[in-house]
Amino acid sequence: MSNRNFYLVLAVAVVLFALAPVLVAWAPYEATMGLVQKIFYFHVPAAMMMFVSAFVCGIGSALFLFKRSARADRLALAAAELVAVFGVVVLISGPLWARKAWGVWWVWDPRLTSTLVLWMIFLAYLLLRRYGGAGSEKLSAGVALFGMANVPFVYISVDFWRSQHPTTNVVMTLVPGMRGPFWWCVAAFVLLYVLVLTLRTRLEDQRAALEDLYLKLED
Amino acid sequence: MTDFFRIAWLVMRKDLTIEVRSREILYTTLFFAMSCVLVFAFSFVKEGRALDDAAAGILWIAIAFSGTLALGRTFERERHAETLRALMMAPADRPAIYLGKLMGVLVLMAVVELIVVPLVGVMFQAPLLAHPFQLLALLATGTLGFAAVGTLFAAMLGRARSRDVLLPVLLYPITVPVIIAGVRGTAALFQAEVDEPMVRTWVAMLVFFDAVFVTLALWTFEPVMTE
Amino acid sequence: MDFTRLTLSDVSRNFGRRRALARVSFDCDAGEIVGLLGPNGAGKSTLLGILATLVAPSSGEVRYGEHTAREAGAELRRRIGLLAHDLHLYPELTAGENLEFFGRLYGVRDARARVAGWLERAGLGDRRDDPVSGFSRGMRQRLALERALLHDPRLVLLDEPFTGLDDGATFALVERLRGLKAKGCLVLLATHDLETVEGLVDRVAVLREGRLVEMAGGGGSLRERFRAVTR
Repeated sequence: MSNRNFYLVLAVAVVLFALAPVLVAWAPYEATMGLVQKIFYFHVPAAMMMFVSAFVCGIGSALFLFKRSARADRLALAAAELVAVFGVVVLISGPLWARKAWGVWWVWDPRLTSTLVLWMIFLAYLLLRRYGGAGSEKLSAGVALFGMANVPFVYISVDFWRSQHPTTNVVMTLVPGMRGPFWWCVAAFVLLYVLVLTLRTRLEDQRAALEDLYLKLED
Repeated sequence: MTDFFRIAWLVMRKDLTIEVRSREILYTTLFFAMSCVLVFAFSFVKEGRALDDAAAGILWIAIAFSGTLALGRTFERERHAETLRALMMAPADRPAIYLGKLMGVLVLMAVVELIVVPLVGVMFQAPLLAHPFQLLALLATGTLGFAAVGTLFAAMLGRARSRDVLLPVLLYPITVPVIIAGVRGTAALFQAEVDEPMVRTWVAMLVFFDAVFVTLALWTFEPVMTE
Repeated sequence: MDFTRLTLSDVSRNFGRRRALARVSFDCDAGEIVGLLGPNGAGKSTLLGILATLVAPSSGEVRYGEHTAREAGAELRRRIGLLAHDLHLYPELTAGENLEFFGRLYGVRDARARVAGWLERAGLGDRRDDPVSGFSRGMRQRLALERALLHDPRLVLLDEPFTGLDDGATFALVERLRGLKAKGCLVLLATHDLETVEGLVDRVAVLREGRLVEMAGGGGSLRERFRAVTR
């Protein structure tokens, strides 16, 4: 992303996030949940970004392994870190809602469990990169590829196992008053994701460039 | 293509020759699997009787934990004189080496299961012989899925630091579907009224899992193993 | 496939910020023995790993005749023999089993029948059924050498082949290498044993901190000339 585009996106994101609380506040109260339902405007977009990020990481890793693109590896690393970050958001905001809605902090339902598993796979990816020593970027790329392929299996298996979470239909059947603020928030999160991913990849690019300079200096 | 399977077979036979001679991995893994059964029995047995589904859970925990041990040890052997690198020099497509190591691990895990499964059956009154083929199908597909992922990870961790901890760290989250399918499928088989469609569903899912992950492992082995 | 020329152009390999090899270029032809010299950690083993197709260069290219490691794959590996520092032998297996296994791995015809001959050449004719774990370093070294050469490779890569060998075995190895040269092999030999390879190697390549340094030809012993560039 060029610098101009970056600031443009940044500006739009700032506006979206600044207005989001207002819109969320204006949105109608959900009949049974009341105020606590508003977590939904924050929780669902974060979860969406988490899953998107897992796929970005998997695809980046595949490009790194099979096309030997070092840039794709740096993108994969940035995406993996974002899976971890958005995962924290999802895994904290979810139980807050669950405590009110279901009376417990945690239930072993498909979506919670598969989110947790996915989050752990990418933490494992980061652990391998951090502690695996030289050459671990290739190994972790393999892990990311397996992690991505694993998403549907985890989801289906946990789904068979048990189910309690509100289904995806919730999003499609939102009352009109909620729909606007919801997609507004999704847009804000997408932009936030793109911005942070760009920044983080850029940092990694600079670091690689710096390494190159060190090597050149030796030559 | 014939070279491919010839070399895979050769590698497996070599692994088994070494194992038959020392029986180190077999005995330690087997003992470890039995320890798992014992330790988990304390949390799932109440007033002398096992909780519902405890047998299935304990069985698969024992398989997964002891399988990790066997995987780690198998590849530790290849690290000793860097023989894995010697295998990588073999004049065949490199996935042949993966397949050979996978088959060796599978034989080892099968022997362990041959003892642990009856043991669990006896200790938890599980009706093993009521539907032997369905049980066999669950064990075979589940073990294959676990070992397919595990063999690739253990092979590639051969040149990583702190590989002993990293293997379980990477392996368990990725094999969650195997564990769920194995436990739920086996539980459906062990309950008073056998839920046959349920067992079939889980076996079908495991077959899919195996197909996807064996393919993926064969496909990524070469790029991951080139340093 | 076969090849008679090995060409390295600008081969580099970094491990993080550490540069194990920096833009190494040279070539050699069939019938040549090239000595690879250099202090510890100069990048000799990394270079041999790259030539053996086990390690991918970070940049640059190695050509085996017309081919590269990526496209030639298995067929290329059939033509390479590597004696690595770690010897690549299974300690749990006997000497005979090790050779038979690797013979079959390389698809050598009648591998089982030829084991006796290979063992004889390693001077281990009477140790066929003894596990390698009980062997001394010198015995392992001799066995590992046979293991590396049993499929008649075109490119022979040897990492410190003289380690642990007694005088007789050293002499036998030198003769063996002359034989390989006569047969048209390309031999690359990393060693510290300068006196032994004096007069054996056709050329030397000196590595220092991952870089290839020129070594003056002509006067003085190999060791004197080596000292002059590594000081």
